[in-house]
Amino acid sequence: MSQGYKAASSGLGGIEAYHRHIRFKGLLLCALAVLTFLLALICVNAGTAKINPMQVLKTILGGGGEKDYIVIWRIRMPRVVSALVAGAGLSVAGCVMQNTLKNPLASPSTLGISSAATFGANIAIIAFGAGTILSTAGDPVSINNPYLVTVCAFICSMGAVLIILFLARLRGFSPESIVLAGVALSSIFGAGTTLLQYFAPDILIAAAIFWTFGDLARASWNEVLIMSVTVAGCLIFFFFQRWNYNALSNGEETAKGLGVNAQRVRFWGLLLSSLITAVTVSFLGMIGFIGLLGPQIMRRIIGDDHRFLIPASALAGSIILLAADTLARVVISPAVLPVGAVTSVFGGPMFLYMLIRGRRGRA
Amino acid sequence: MKLEVQGLCFGYSGRRVLNNISFSVASGDCAAILGTNGVGKSTLLKCLNRILRCQEGRICIGGADIRGLDGNELARRIGYVAQTSRFADTTVFDAVLLGRKPYIKWDATRRDLELAQGVLERLSLSEYAMRSVNELSGGEMQKVAIARALAQQPDVLLFDEPTSNLDLKNQLEVIRIIREIVRESDMAAIVTMHDLNLALRFAGKFIMLRNGEIYAAGGPEILTAESIRDVYGVDVAIEAYGGSKVVIPR
Repeated sequence: MSQGYKAASSGLGGIEAYHRHIRFKGLLLCALAVLTFLLALICVNAGTAKINPMQVLKTILGGGGEKDYIVIWRIRMPRVVSALVAGAGLSVAGCVMQNTLKNPLASPSTLGISSAATFGANIAIIAFGAGTILSTAGDPVSINNPYLVTVCAFICSMGAVLIILFLARLRGFSPESIVLAGVALSSIFGAGTTLLQYFAPDILIAAAIFWTFGDLARASWNEVLIMSVTVAGCLIFFFFQRWNYNALSNGEETAKGLGVNAQRVRFWGLLLSSLITAVTVSFLGMIGFIGLLGPQIMRRIIGDDHRFLIPASALAGSIILLAADTLARVVISPAVLPVGAVTSVFGGPMFLYMLIRGRRGRA
Repeated sequence: MKLEVQGLCFGYSGRRVLNNISFSVASGDCAAILGTNGVGKSTLLKCLNRILRCQEGRICIGGADIRGLDGNELARRIGYVAQTSRFADTTVFDAVLLGRKPYIKWDATRRDLELAQGVLERLSLSEYAMRSVNELSGGEMQKVAIARALAQQPDVLLFDEPTSNLDLKNQLEVIRIIREIVRESDMAAIVTMHDLNLALRFAGKFIMLRNGEIYAAGGPEILTAESIRDVYGVDVAIEAYGGSKVVIPR
């Protein structure tokens, strides 16, 4: 192997500057982690049942009364952990999709997975009778068989993923063909949902629409566990691929020249991003903008280096979803707004603001 | 180290672009691939680096068929600089450090950092190390792309029209850098070019393509008024200037 040039023997200022630059990014990640932790505590403390913060802390640490235990551990903690896990998963899924599809606007909804999940949920609610309307004042619309809805949503969303990956394979996995296949599938599933609802009674349409509102309260500890294992596994995989994603950020030819099997990286990136999306949407419903906002905000702060962008996007996604959920619960308490609506209401204008301010770099 | 190409054929969707291409370059060689637009110069370079897989023939580096090398092993032997380099939003140092990717197991080691710094110094890019690569001029970006390929410590460097978007000063500087590096480090360089005078200034070996086949290959003596007319369809005069040839279109 030829040397090409000599390693720097003097003037190592560049390396020191590089280390300072890396330290800054490391500190930023620590700050985000602390912010996530503090926000999680605030989120646990927020709610209709008034429990003082010390009591909340005591209950988390294993003390406190039975009522506090039920409120904290059975109601609020699954919700907070759902926000942490789903926020991190959706945000990193967006980050990986933006990289592999070479499209700054790619997000978990780009490939039509959310539309497919909605179609699946509509089949369960309308065709299989999993939805109904209750007469109780607090929660007039209800899904009486949430597992059936989740399973149908998951099957449809994974079906969409497999169709897209199969179609894309026919065209050599070019990002353009994948995005176009996603648009087409999204349209097909959207039409399917419209047709189902067109022939359904009002009660079931209401239940189906209710399902599409993203809601963190739907997840029990069982669902949280499934989501956590899926998201954690995928995030670890993505982190191992960080140098490949860095190479792909510089264009496909450069990546191939650096030894990256671009098609394989793209296939696994899309499959696992889609898996995160399918699991999250099936359990929690539609939660928009996290996959777009989280990585885009972090890209502007931390740059395109996926060694830092992946963990930073995960933390940003958790922060955004925790903040949105807290807001959803306190803004018109005791009523709770759908968290998906809050992320979209605040995410849309924020995204426009970011676009108007100008982009720091390419996705 | 020698790069040998034997009977290479490649086509897009059944249309044959390259047909029975055979040549070799050895350490210290600077070779220029010449020909009209669309003749397959860039395609040939991409086949050499397995960005495109040739459909027939063999490409061997150091006696090893590149089809048998894994991606990282190939990237350690052959570096590639694309015609227009796209960069992610990173610092210049990070962009060059990425060239160490074929060697990196978990994260960049001290040696990777020192090699990246060494390349930056060699290409006079040290002062830009912590600047965003997208803030640089076209010429500086091209140098960063070359630096990244050099950080791969390859045996053969491939350049796809490295001077096409540069002004005259930067064209000459980039050509000078490539020549110096090849001379200093015992690499081989293969460059696609349009400017015949720049090619004559840079290369010692020429491969002229016509209709997807090699029309002529050899030293500067193959660049004659007749061969240029046959390949480019242009009448030129060849004059001697300062001990080397100059091509003057009529």
